[in-house]
Amino acid sequence: MIVELGHFALVLALGLALIQSSVPLLGALRGDLRLMVVAAPAALTQFLLVGLAFAALVHAYVVSDFSLLTVADNSNSAMPLLYKITGVWGNHEGSMLLWVLILALYGALVAAFGQNLPEKLKALVLSVQGWIASAFLLFILTTSNPFLRVAQPPVEGQDLNPVLQDIGLAIHPPLLYLGYVGCSISFAFALAALIDGRIDAAWARWARPWTLAAWIFLTLGIAMGSYWAYYELGWGGFWFWDPVENASLMPWLATTALLHSAIVMEKRDALKIWTVLLAILAFSLSLVGTFLVRSGVLTSVHAFASDPTRGVFILAILVVFIGGALSLFAARAGTLAPGGVFAPISREGALVLNNIFLSAVLATVVVGTLYPLALSALTGEVISVGPPFYTLTFVPLAAPLLFLVPFGPLLAWKRGDLLAAAQRLFAAFGAALLVAIVAAAFAGTANVLALAGVWLGAWLIGGALSELATRLRVGTVPLAASASRLAGLPRSALGTTLAHAGLGVTVLGVVIATTWSSEAIRSMKPGETVDIAGYAVTLDGYTNTPGDQFNETDIHFSVRSGGALVAAMAPSKRTFADRQTTTTEVALKNRGFSQLYISLGDIAADGTATVRLYFKPFVTFIWLGAILMALGGLLSLSDRRLRVGAPRVARAKPQAAPAE
Amino acid sequence: MTRRQRRLILIGIAGVVLVIAAGLVLYALSDRIVFFNSPTDVVEKHVSPGTRIRLGGLVVDGSVEKAANGVVHFKVTDGKTAIPVTYQGLLPDLFREGQGVVAEGVLDPDASLSADTVLAKHDERYMPPEVVKALKQSGRWEDSAGNYGNGQPAPGAAAATEAKP
Repeated sequence: MIVELGHFALVLALGLALIQSSVPLLGALRGDLRLMVVAAPAALTQFLLVGLAFAALVHAYVVSDFSLLTVADNSNSAMPLLYKITGVWGNHEGSMLLWVLILALYGALVAAFGQNLPEKLKALVLSVQGWIASAFLLFILTTSNPFLRVAQPPVEGQDLNPVLQDIGLAIHPPLLYLGYVGCSISFAFALAALIDGRIDAAWARWARPWTLAAWIFLTLGIAMGSYWAYYELGWGGFWFWDPVENASLMPWLATTALLHSAIVMEKRDALKIWTVLLAILAFSLSLVGTFLVRSGVLTSVHAFASDPTRGVFILAILVVFIGGALSLFAARAGTLAPGGVFAPISREGALVLNNIFLSAVLATVVVGTLYPLALSALTGEVISVGPPFYTLTFVPLAAPLLFLVPFGPLLAWKRGDLLAAAQRLFAAFGAALLVAIVAAAFAGTANVLALAGVWLGAWLIGGALSELATRLRVGTVPLAASASRLAGLPRSALGTTLAHAGLGVTVLGVVIATTWSSEAIRSMKPGETVDIAGYAVTLDGYTNTPGDQFNETDIHFSVRSGGALVAAMAPSKRTFADRQTTTTEVALKNRGFSQLYISLGDIAADGTATVRLYFKPFVTFIWLGAILMALGGLLSLSDRRLRVGAPRVARAKPQAAPAE
Repeated sequence: MTRRQRRLILIGIAGVVLVIAAGLVLYALSDRIVFFNSPTDVVEKHVSPGTRIRLGGLVVDGSVEKAANGVVHFKVTDGKTAIPVTYQGLLPDLFREGQGVVAEGVLDPDASLSADTVLAKHDERYMPPEVVKALKQSGRWEDSAGNYGNGQPAPGAAAATEAKP
């Protein structure tokens, strides 16, 4: 009964989405307020209905209702409650429902917190949201209905794919979807501006917080996915340039560019058309990502067993929305008043340079991801584009961008002084050089490029701190005065500092962990010891733990440094009887910011285990940096000036105004 | 600086960066990509030794030999031809005899592959598209081997792999 209610709610949501997509649009075009105000309650009710449907599905999973096809295929009554719930989106149907739930959530947020938006803009934005919701609800109901029943319910479900039975499934997909789908809001704002034919600096102020929110979630979602792959797949890598990873990286690069160009639009009333185009591209790339991941065209850990009509349907949605948006852009962009041209050496000039490089980097990822698909569709030739491609394209284009980052915030608007900015960065330059020299002392000078990478990471952190010091006038005014300036600093400025420093931390982690990690693969028997990066790792023995769901074999290792016991590690093998599957759980041990990593291959009958050991120096920097970037974004989002729904803050005295 | 000069500088910088990006991409595409081959392709197309390829197919039953120090030997077949593969490292948990696998590495002069990466499916109901392609080419693909949900053949599963070769 609950299941049928959920199904019914979903059908109602589709009907409501169709109303939301047409009535407010008609109102906006006719200037009829009575039709426009339909948008907000429609969006709120739609969220309620999709929420109801989702809750019904979650309920079915929690009570293990195997009369539902998706539950029977992807759940098991013996699973812990957490995995029963996360299993809801551990399959194609449920994950699409989560996608639509989040879409409806964003629509409801705009409806609830957008009281200050002009009624027409709000009606248009929610109407565009309605189109997207209609398309995906139709997709779910016709090709991926999670509420399908089985005629003869099995006694026991088939269990969730063991690889997915992890806390990562609770965090990674919701975060990533909040990011992907969040791009739909700036997309809707862009289309609304195009339909309306009007765009100004205020538009950027309204659209930017939503972009920022999406960017924060994308950053965290990508970082979480990377860490999950790192500890779950047992290869010790954190990024594989897999097309599915790229699918999330592409919208991230586009939203990063959008965040920066929207600043120029807000402050200088320029780059309007470009900003609108970026907003369209960001969501288009999110849709491409959804298509790549959900259509099954790729070999990947993300591809669920899937039926091909779905791929065609998503492709059709993709073509209609991206094609339609770009056509609208081509037809209407000319009606938007163009902004001014400005000096190359200025804050806005630096932000444009940022956009140029980000676009170039984005283009390489797009080509690397889509070219193999196009080639295989056209010629049947199957190729794979992997790390060597990106090392040659992505890295040389990203490096100059990273070098230029610290200059941007130090240049003034309109007319910047490059020499003054360079002088202020002198300390950062020297400090970064020092860090690189220390790295060379430890690791040798064999790999000059890696040392340059270390310098670049330190330079980003130093540059961010220099900028903060300049704002606080450290050294020129008493320390107490600096401290009071810190309290008065706008949060968005602090957010910039934190995000740029976080980028530097990630760069350091990537460079150091990639270049100087140690690895050993051995066949080990109990009592044997392997030396790696100054640690002696001894295999002590095995323990077997039978369980309801799986049998777990732990292999116990003791780690010694200089003869003293520093850690005990126990990677394990899990055997799932239901699926006749084995998974490996790696063991990780933090040593400062570095990690020891033990993964397992087969365990032979005579007790010999194939063991893979890594020492990954500073590897945690990669994800810590991403968390810093997200925190920077959050700080920026909490800035009163950007607060969601805060429309017009008096623009006088931006410096003196207290941040709260 | 006049408006015109400012605009020219911006366009110039954008142009230079895009040209560099395009150049790098074209060079990398000609040099840094890996072609997928079925075992029959390797023999029939005379792929030259030293080439980096991806090889996909099924692991031949009884061909897996594990030596000490973690080196593994096995054979990959598409039903017509079998190619020996050598790999040092940990095999994926779902690596099994008779199951689909994709190995990437350098082709040796004796037409065997020194693999540095071995990918198996991550879910027992899922088959990498490359393996499906190799099996279809050699005529060994059956719907029952397609794993589109529930362990039962889904209608149109084979048609799909044809539509997207």
